[in-house]
Amino acid sequence: MGMRGSLRSAVDWVGAHPVSAFFVFFAVFPFLVPYKALATQVLIFGLFALGFNLLYGYTGLLSFGHAAYYGLGAYGTGIVLAKLHLTSLWGAIGAGLLLAGLGGAVIGFFCLRRRGIYFAMLTLAFAQLLYFVGFHLANWTGGDDGLRGIPQLKLGLPGLTLSLESPLGFYYFSFVLVVIAVAVLKRILDSPFGAVLQAIRENSDRAVACGYDINRVKLLSFVFSAMFAGLAGSLDALRLTVVPIESLYWTTSGQVVMMTLLGGAGTFFGPFVGAATFLVLEDRLSAFTESWPLVIGAIFSAFVLFLPRGIWGTLMGGFHGRQSA
Amino acid sequence: MFDVTLSALAAQVFTGLVLGMIFVLLAIGLSLIFGLMTVVNFAHGSLFMLGAYFGVFIFGLTRNFWLSLVVAPLMVGALGLVIERFLIRRLYGRSPDDPLLLTFGLSLIIVEAARLIWGKIGLTLDPPRVLAGGANLGFMTFPVYRLFVIAITAAVLVAIWFFLERTNVGLIIRAGSRDPLMVRALGIDLSRIWLLVFGIGTALAGLAGILAGPMRGVYAEMGVTMVIESFVVVVVGGMGSLIGAVVAGVLMGQVVGLTTFFAPALAEIMVFVAMAVVLLVRPSGLFGEAGLLE
Amino acid sequence: MNRRSFLASTTLAGATLAFPAVLRAQGKDPIRIGFPLPLTGPFGALAADQQRGAQVAADELNAKGGILGRKVELLFRDDQLKPAVGAQRTQELIDKEKCLFIVGGLAAHVQMAINEQTKKSKVLFISVSQSDEISAKPDTSPLTFHEALNPTITSRAVGGWIADNLGKKWWIIYADYAWGKQNNAVLQEVLKKKGGTVLGATPYPLGSAEFSAHLPKIQAAKPEVLVTVTPGADNIAFLKQAISFGMKKDMRIAQPLHWLPQLKEGGPELYADIYGGTNFYWELQDTIPQVKRYVEAYQKKFNTPPGDYGCYAYSGVMEVARGCELAKSADSEKVADALRKSPVYDHYKGKQWWRACDNKSFQDLWIVKGRDKAKGDWGLVEVVSKIPANEELDRTCAQKGHA
Repeated sequence: MGMRGSLRSAVDWVGAHPVSAFFVFFAVFPFLVPYKALATQVLIFGLFALGFNLLYGYTGLLSFGHAAYYGLGAYGTGIVLAKLHLTSLWGAIGAGLLLAGLGGAVIGFFCLRRRGIYFAMLTLAFAQLLYFVGFHLANWTGGDDGLRGIPQLKLGLPGLTLSLESPLGFYYFSFVLVVIAVAVLKRILDSPFGAVLQAIRENSDRAVACGYDINRVKLLSFVFSAMFAGLAGSLDALRLTVVPIESLYWTTSGQVVMMTLLGGAGTFFGPFVGAATFLVLEDRLSAFTESWPLVIGAIFSAFVLFLPRGIWGTLMGGFHGRQSA
Repeated sequence: MFDVTLSALAAQVFTGLVLGMIFVLLAIGLSLIFGLMTVVNFAHGSLFMLGAYFGVFIFGLTRNFWLSLVVAPLMVGALGLVIERFLIRRLYGRSPDDPLLLTFGLSLIIVEAARLIWGKIGLTLDPPRVLAGGANLGFMTFPVYRLFVIAITAAVLVAIWFFLERTNVGLIIRAGSRDPLMVRALGIDLSRIWLLVFGIGTALAGLAGILAGPMRGVYAEMGVTMVIESFVVVVVGGMGSLIGAVVAGVLMGQVVGLTTFFAPALAEIMVFVAMAVVLLVRPSGLFGEAGLLE
Repeated sequence: MNRRSFLASTTLAGATLAFPAVLRAQGKDPIRIGFPLPLTGPFGALAADQQRGAQVAADELNAKGGILGRKVELLFRDDQLKPAVGAQRTQELIDKEKCLFIVGGLAAHVQMAINEQTKKSKVLFISVSQSDEISAKPDTSPLTFHEALNPTITSRAVGGWIADNLGKKWWIIYADYAWGKQNNAVLQEVLKKKGGTVLGATPYPLGSAEFSAHLPKIQAAKPEVLVTVTPGADNIAFLKQAISFGMKKDMRIAQPLHWLPQLKEGGPELYADIYGGTNFYWELQDTIPQVKRYVEAYQKKFNTPPGDYGCYAYSGVMEVARGCELAKSADSEKVADALRKSPVYDHYKGKQWWRACDNKSFQDLWIVKGRDKAKGDWGLVEVVSKIPANEELDRTCAQKGHA
């Protein structure tokens, strides 16, 4: 019982102090995985899934087209650096965030007119439309060859300039930004706004009856969610110095859904746990066997069958959609 | 672009009809499964692919295309029964996303298994001599095999209609889609119905696969894009509506066919544009019922 | 038990037992060459060929004591045909596995993503698949070498031959993405130069399996030659449908490239009388000694004749070795300079050379035609003509952005 008990209290502590726990764990994460670039990938996709989860796990709106905002963030940053030749790192990230937020506002406006599976399919349709546009606007996006030529910038802080060339250096740069994003998310969820979100997920008719303007709240949630995804895309563009057109394709949307559900939707860390599990598994398996999709599919199916609340959800001991962390 | 002859256009409509028929077979299966069980069967595309591979396998054993045409869908249906009974059934009562996730995992397994069993190089399935060649329809020469696909899909549709509208089991299925609680309250065991419906739905996917095989070749990835397009068709028709699945399937076939004819670059996106337009105008698809699954 | 580890362990065991030189080489650090390629996905068969070609090269090198006395190790990674994954794998190969060189890539867009990583890490990259951009500015770099053919060379060569031999009224159908569009543009340019006419050109979305929409239009136009720029499964689907509409009887059909796994999949029913280009065909062993040597080594190890893309991989790995021996070093920049200083080489089919400005490999290619009946399991085409290596088949240095 001793080991179980201490695991329980560790999990409880994490539940009570999510941002600090995140900080501590991910500060040492690069040394826990086989190589640094994998750690950065986990961080970035974890953020992407976190943003998706704001909309899905907390507001109850399933989006099948979240690749759109990740892609907008990536292309926003990439185009500003590669085509417009701006040299400001923060400007580039800001551009990505802005584009993603804008996309979220416009697409959200249309999609939120419907609910349930129809909402989900509309988000998919818009994301595919964006993919199509990106594919054909080859002069700006590089088309299906991807956007190349993103320079490796140096990080300019008052007083010093840091190079982001080393994988570890880039990791810690992303780490700082992601910690800030996580803290912002916690703030959003703990606020009255956050409470309304969860009310909408539980019973939107009742939320309306209580007098909340749920359309405005839903749209705001959509935009925030898009911006988190956009930051992830932006960081990925800087990491890879190339933006592939697949960033906007439905398979990317599918990946983030799978990661979130695997980890446990409606829990704070579920998405990160899901992203880490999925990416590390895929990485290590594909280095060992050509038939890794079969193994991943089997592990996946096993998780779904035997861990009803996702990995983190099960650890937290609650049930789908009713977690604080 | 617009120097189009009437015969070319008519040819176009015909070829769109064939594509539509494949969509219809897939969409009916998906719609039945979703309408009755609210299960989003992501493995539908991989089962479509299996239908084609099983077809090649049976043909290799028996050298008889007609036999393969009957047996392959039954094999896929049998696999569907196993999946429902032993895997999906465990998920009822849980979050509706779980079957989606599970079937996604299954699709990965099935596609990779096909590659392992049958190799990385695709296979060929040839239609029998009597179906090869072209038929002179007056305005064009149309491959006989494609006419056959249209005919057989129409026959299957009639059979399904008959099954749903004129048999007791069909009645229970229709009632179960509309109000499962009530059906249970009337003492009917829905779990056996679900098993049957999943089996039928997957068998239809398998049939679509073996029908498509001779037209496109048989390869492991053949179901990957089909699954997304089939979902679009189901949503456009209205989730859970069978007449919707038929109408939307035929419609989408024409949309793709005609766009390919007039503006090929747009063909890929038209399916999604059409869906967005339909959904924004009619909230639950063409024939879907408001309030169902929202 | 997966093929790769089985093959790797058996070859290693065999080589070690048979050649004491290898045991000596194992004393020093091995030279690791990273190889990202799409082992899963629709081009798995081509990737498998690449893997085997590379392994033949590694075995050959290790039998002679390795590179600079160090054992050659190949590390294969699945890039899933996705640029982001290819980039990630390349980072892993360089950072974690300490690969000194990268050879690889099957898809153009994945190659570019791999190239971005190798440029950043200053590692030599030999790309082994088609792409027009990889040897042009801004993608190319002093460390980026392109071993394979590209759409410009292929379509100028094959297009020119088609215009001279099959007919001058063409209809082109092409996949609507970079490779398809590039081939289409070059084909049209070639035909116009030869005084022919393009009756029509139809783009279609890559991966779509339904072509019946386009066929009536093509039939109505009555071209002399139908040129199909349709990769992978699209090629099979298109030919099936075109043939079922009776089009083979009315016109000649040709394509820029034939791929051996595809020829096998479609068989003579599909591919008889269809012309295409290729960088390599195993039956050339009857006339070219280097081909015989390679085919025998490959056949002995894998019990099947080599295909086309496998040769690029073989040649790429051999070039890494040659560069290291010339530079007497495994440093990427020194190896790259050495290859540019001695650009001529010949590993499997005849003389090849690197062009100095863009590190582009020039090589012979052949026109082949599908046979009515295959000779054995793999004798699916016959050689019709050889197009010798010629720098005029590619864009000039200036056109690619080099000074």
